[in-house]
Amino acid sequence: MADRTAEQRVALARRAGRPGTADYIAHLFTDFFECRGDRLCREDPSILGGVALYYGRPVTVLGHRKGKSLEENLTCNFGMPGPEGYRKAQRLMKQAEKFRRPVITFIDTPGAYPGLEAEARGQGEAIASTLALMSALTVPAVAVVTGEGGSGGALALGVANAVLMLENAVYSVLSPEGFASILWKDSARSGEAAELMKLTAADLLELGVVDAVIPEPEEGAHTAPEAVYAAVDQALAAHLTPLLKIRDCAGHRYQKFRAMGALAASGREGL
Amino acid sequence: MDNHLFLQRRERLMALKSRREGKSPQVRAVAGKCPGCGAAIPKAELAKNLYVCPECGRHHPIGAYLRLSLILDPNSFRELDERLAAPNALNFPGYDDKLKALRRATGLTEGAVSARGRIDGRECVACVLDSRFFMGSMGSALGEKVTRAVEHAQKYKLPLIIFSASGGARMQEGILSLMQMAKTSAALERFSRAGGFYISVFTHPTTGGVTASFASLGDITLAEPGALIGFAGPRVIEQTIGEKLPDGFQRSEYLEEHGFVDAIVPRGELRAALARLLMLHERGNRRG
Repeated sequence: MADRTAEQRVALARRAGRPGTADYIAHLFTDFFECRGDRLCREDPSILGGVALYYGRPVTVLGHRKGKSLEENLTCNFGMPGPEGYRKAQRLMKQAEKFRRPVITFIDTPGAYPGLEAEARGQGEAIASTLALMSALTVPAVAVVTGEGGSGGALALGVANAVLMLENAVYSVLSPEGFASILWKDSARSGEAAELMKLTAADLLELGVVDAVIPEPEEGAHTAPEAVYAAVDQALAAHLTPLLKIRDCAGHRYQKFRAMGALAASGREGL
Repeated sequence: MDNHLFLQRRERLMALKSRREGKSPQVRAVAGKCPGCGAAIPKAELAKNLYVCPECGRHHPIGAYLRLSLILDPNSFRELDERLAAPNALNFPGYDDKLKALRRATGLTEGAVSARGRIDGRECVACVLDSRFFMGSMGSALGEKVTRAVEHAQKYKLPLIIFSASGGARMQEGILSLMQMAKTSAALERFSRAGGFYISVFTHPTTGGVTASFASLGDITLAEPGALIGFAGPRVIEQTIGEKLPDGFQRSEYLEEHGFVDAIVPRGELRAALARLLMLHERGNRRG
């Protein structure tokens, strides 16, 4: 893997032209049918989802959508979903369960949108109930962090049996800029924050937050997308196949997330 | 007899800790000048009024032990997982020292206290977040404590009450802090599917990852009057949308109006409301 600082990876993860959810759907799946709307209020294009075939098997596929042009960026709110996006995701996940389809998600968002209407319609509740629902899905779920994994808005699509991450993707509790501004009241120190936060794929593999790192071309995913689609495809198939044989997918997923920061094993319990 | 002595000791311990909370700098500050109306209220009067301003009705944040002493029956308090403490898993500079200082200042080991006790004779598990400890932010110890409280309630088939007060994620624990949202939500979903009853009580302020996980997953959701409740903080929203937010935005009353809260309950009526809800959801009360 290429030798880069965390700050350089943050820049690559955000880079325009980096393959996004729509690209992965187009190259890894066939017969994609997009399902729109949350059936409550509106359609949120910042989450793209539907049904498709993966190696001939129907799957539910979902991911954040940032858009390719400025116009698309604006329509997709730069990949920052509102509550409607998460409620659409829930609707699709419930259908996946009903029709016994595996769920595959692609994560690429700066975070859930911090806006007035998003709050009025229950952004917190929407994320919380998506986390709860996804945690208990009885079908297999695989998540791939492809770009920016920003906070709860990313995690809402990330409670999966296997979590994979591209080499230059990042995944964190909030943006390095936000982190620096909270801790040091200085968002310009984001480079320093990025190093401290342990947000790179290699760090997260070590912490047990992700299960595998998918290598990228030397200069980043945007330089040779075809190679990236092949690598993601290979990793996805390799992690999905064994999950199809698991009887208790929900139990498997529960144990995985139950162990995150479980203190009994760390020997730190008790002062 | 021995058991009774133990109960009395626990009770004295809780009383001691809640009295200590009454002497905290936070309480002194709000007694000197109410942040709501500016009134100076004598400390004894404020304590008698459960730290609600008698002039404007503002509900000041209170500590976890004081909260528990207000809602639990006398001699029923038994603390759970009291020695659970945060690890510095990311080796974040200065985090260990800050934890030590906060433990000394507050007498807490983490930003939440879990207990088993009774309300009007009905047994329950109660977990209370305490904003004096790192703003009640959720790191792995707090997430683990909440999860264990849920699991304890499930194991003993008890109702669960969680009082939230939190600034969100614990920055110093980075991604592990984020993962606590998944862990606590997953535990509550299991509890719910097993038929468990969970009351979530929002208190001032509850934002970020706590709002976007366990605090929003109650079968019944209550809020204290005037509490700030949201996912994004008001400052972040103002910066994002570039305009001033309307008065009352993200307050309990706003959430009730938008359909996210069952009832707003003043502090003095909370114990009675909880008792009634526990009665209404008692398994023995189900017919057939």
